[in-house]
Amino acid sequence: MQLTINGKARDFAVTQLTVAELVLQLNLEGKRLAIERNGEIVPRSQFANTLLAAGDQLEIVGAVGGG
Amino acid sequence: MSDLLNIAGKSYQSRLLVGTGKYQDFKQTRAAIDASGAEIVTVAIRRTNIGQTAGEPSLLDFLPPDQFTYLPNTAGCYSADDAVRTLRLARELLDGHTLVKLEVLGDPNTLYPNMIETIAAAKVLVKDGFDVMVYCSDDPIMAKQLEDIGCCAVMPLASLIGSGMGILNPWNLQIIIANANIPVLVDAGVGTASDAAIAMELGCQGVLMNTAIAAARDPIQMAGAMKKAVEAGREAYLAGRMAKKLYSASPSSPTTGLIS
Repeated sequence: MQLTINGKARDFAVTQLTVAELVLQLNLEGKRLAIERNGEIVPRSQFANTLLAAGDQLEIVGAVGGG
Repeated sequence: MSDLLNIAGKSYQSRLLVGTGKYQDFKQTRAAIDASGAEIVTVAIRRTNIGQTAGEPSLLDFLPPDQFTYLPNTAGCYSADDAVRTLRLARELLDGHTLVKLEVLGDPNTLYPNMIETIAAAKVLVKDGFDVMVYCSDDPIMAKQLEDIGCCAVMPLASLIGSGMGILNPWNLQIIIANANIPVLVDAGVGTASDAAIAMELGCQGVLMNTAIAAARDPIQMAGAMKKAVEAGREAYLAGRMAKKLYSASPSSPTTGLIS
């Protein structure tokens, strides 16, 4: 399935993918991040039982230096 | 002595708030923040690098959440919608943290705030339970409206973000301070220690800065200077300055007992 992550299209060779599995696939496990799916925040507690669908738009953000 | 800065129900010893951007590396960021004595530090919310090497250090590793109060900002947002979205992500990122810095910009060259969008975002965020410290123009009417909306602090600019031009309109700041029932902090434009001291002498409750420290030749030394300036300015404000007069004809030394 194809997902758009942080503005870039990415293909995943699976038919089912949860947010938690996506985080693993992207090597982001353990990092402090927040995820928005199609404009709605996915709470961290819901990562494991939120199934992604082809075409989903995801934003994955973290904290960086800023003023 | 208990002269504390109170924001959204929490007390802070330090009246200097600092940004975490523009430093050489995280080590320098941390050293400068330690030298500044700041307890509240701003952070930006940005897309995570996908595919970056696992285990790469992050800003938060150097600024543990149990030692600092984060103030996530909306830097780079040009609409109320983007700012609200960013801060909702920040709240999720920081485990329900509600203290935020709202800034909605109006122009990429000057980074001057768009107050119409800022007010629209502030209304949504306050309703949504955020404690909103809001970056704003130094317009007393705007500042009052932001207070009426329910923001927990107003943060007018001293001059443009990153300009280091200092306090360009102390008179407007004084009007904002006189009218406010919430903390007024100067945010943006401070260039050197005297600017921070002047802001505090005017009666500001605090000063927020980033570039003045990060872009100094020696950021760590400048962070220490800013700490002292904010403390000195605050004490001078509390002490109450003497009246200005062109001349007094009242010397400080006795007028009698002179040798002849």
